[in-house]
Formats: sequence, C-alpha cells, structure tokens
Amino acid sequence: MARVVVDVMLKPEILDPQGQAVQRALPRLGFEGIADVRQGKRFELEVEGPVDDAALSRIHEMAETFLANTVIEDFTVHVDEPAEARS
Amino acid sequence: MTARIGVITFPGTLDDRDTQRAVRAAGAEAVPLWHRDKDLKQADAVVLPGGFSYGDYLRAGAISRFSPVMETVIEQAKAGMPVLGICNGFQLLTESHLLPGAMLRNNHLHFICRDQKLRVENADTSWTTDYETGQEISIPLKNIDGRYVADERTLDMLEVEGRVAFRYLVGGEAAEGYGNPNGSLRDIAGITNEAGNVVGLMPHPEHAVEPLIGTGRTDGLGFFTSILKKLVNA
Repeated sequence: MARVVVDVMLKPEILDPQGQAVQRALPRLGFEGIADVRQGKRFELEVEGPVDDAALSRIHEMAETFLANTVIEDFTVHVDEPAEARS
Repeated sequence: MTARIGVITFPGTLDDRDTQRAVRAAGAEAVPLWHRDKDLKQADAVVLPGGFSYGDYLRAGAISRFSPVMETVIEQAKAGMPVLGICNGFQLLTESHLLPGAMLRNNHLHFICRDQKLRVENADTSWTTDYETGQEISIPLKNIDGRYVADERTLDMLEVEGRVAFRYLVGGEAAEGYGNPNGSLRDIAGITNEAGNVVGLMPHPEHAVEPLIGTGRTDGLGFFTSILKKLVNA
C-alpha cells in the first residue's frame, strides 16, 4: 500500500503559542540558535489501490474540507516513498 | 404549547444536561437531540452545548461538524432557525462556517475556569433581546481552545456590521473576571451571523441561571428567556 502524507501548518500570521513554548525551552536544554519554532500536524494515510491523480485529488479535497481548517491552516500533500526504497 | 428548544448531545458533550435545565428554567421545553439523528424532533431552535465533542482530537468541533444532525442544523440555520453555540458549540459553528473565523488554543496554553465579565454588544440577536446593548454580565468561562481569530478584513466586517455580540471586559482586576482570558482578537467573546439567528460564544450562560449555583447570579438566563419570547411571539 502506498502512503500519502498530509502536512498541516498554522498560517504564518497566526500566533502559535505551542511552538513558542517549545522554542523557549530549547536554550534551557542547551540547544542554542533556534530563532523560531512552529508546531504542525502530520497525517500519514495508507491508501488502498493506486495513488494516481484521481486518488491525490480526493486526498486534496479531504485535506481541504476536513484535515485542515483553511481559515487558519495551510496544508501540503505528498506521496511518501516506500520504506524499502529508502534503505 | 410552549416553545421546543433542542439540545444536541455529541460524544464528549458535557453541558447538555445543564443546558436542558437552563431551557426549562426559562420556561421552554427542552428536547434532547442525538448527534446521529438527522431529525430535530420539531424543535423551534437548537443549542449546541459545551464539551469536547469527539475528544476535539482533530480540532475543536471539527469532527462533530460532519455528524448527521449537523446536516439538518446547517440547512435549518441558513433558513433562519435560531441556533446558539456555547463553547464547543461555538467552535462547531465556526467549523461549520455558519460563523466566520476559527477558534485556537488559548495564548497562554492553560485551561481557564473562572467567572468572566462580558459586555453585551448586540442585544438584537435571537438570543440576546432580554439584555441591553452595553450591559455588563458575569457568567462562567471554562476552556482551553478559546482564542477567537479571523483575518483583519473579517474582523472589520464584524465590527462594522455590529456582529460582535459579546466582548470580554478588560480593565479592572483579572482576579475579578476582567481581562481578555485567552488572546481572542479584539477581545471578542462571541459573534452572530448576518441575520442574527446564529450566535456563538465561549463563556457559559447555562451555568448561571440559578442563584444557588455557578456565579450566584442569573446573568445567563437572558439567553434562554430571549429565545423563548422570540419563539412564543413568532
């Protein structure tokens, strides 16, 4: 089965207090030099059948109507390469 | 025959019983509705109560927005049926696009629970006629996803059209319930749609309808008496 990844991020102009909390903790842990952190969501979809244009178009629609709230969030869709191809 | 006010229960709803009680305290008939049921059982108006529908796992209100009952609510709300969304219900109304904007995690990341002072900015909606514009009320607030956001254009539109229904009262001591509790833009606590039949707010009027409990005041009762009057006079 193919895997499609949908990444959802708050729009740049929206305040992300969760990302800020992470960023503020970094120097305390000894990780310097990180100017900003923004926290998003990653959805990994295991897709039955071929991941063709039609399937990707359906996933795009799913992301737009449900996985992301486009009032406050942007999203990207990409096909993940299979694990065996990565090694 | 008195007015029938539906109160929807989703999995994870917490405040349905309190809301039914508030409806009865105002003198209307409370009609329990189930999220999987498309039928509104001849309810004349509907309240979406507070809680954490479907655990708020995707975003607050995002999954319940697609429940069967919401298909009917969205259709009827557009046709003019009065709908009140309280807390999770407000989140659900923005996710349904019945109200503009979106709700996000509080800017301080803490769950907040306190008596909150509000100013009624619009006493002409279906749910606010028993208040006066400019009236200050105190009702409980309890949430973690209470930060109202919208783009500047939408915010300006809401202001110009008088659709900011409630604002957090700033100034005064935070301990007394003053101040913006969550970072909501322009101190917005609640808004209405263009027609004034759909209203959403974060604080909980249903927890302030009896002197014995909640704030010890009955400042929230006006929501339910307003809608009852509207329906009975209709």
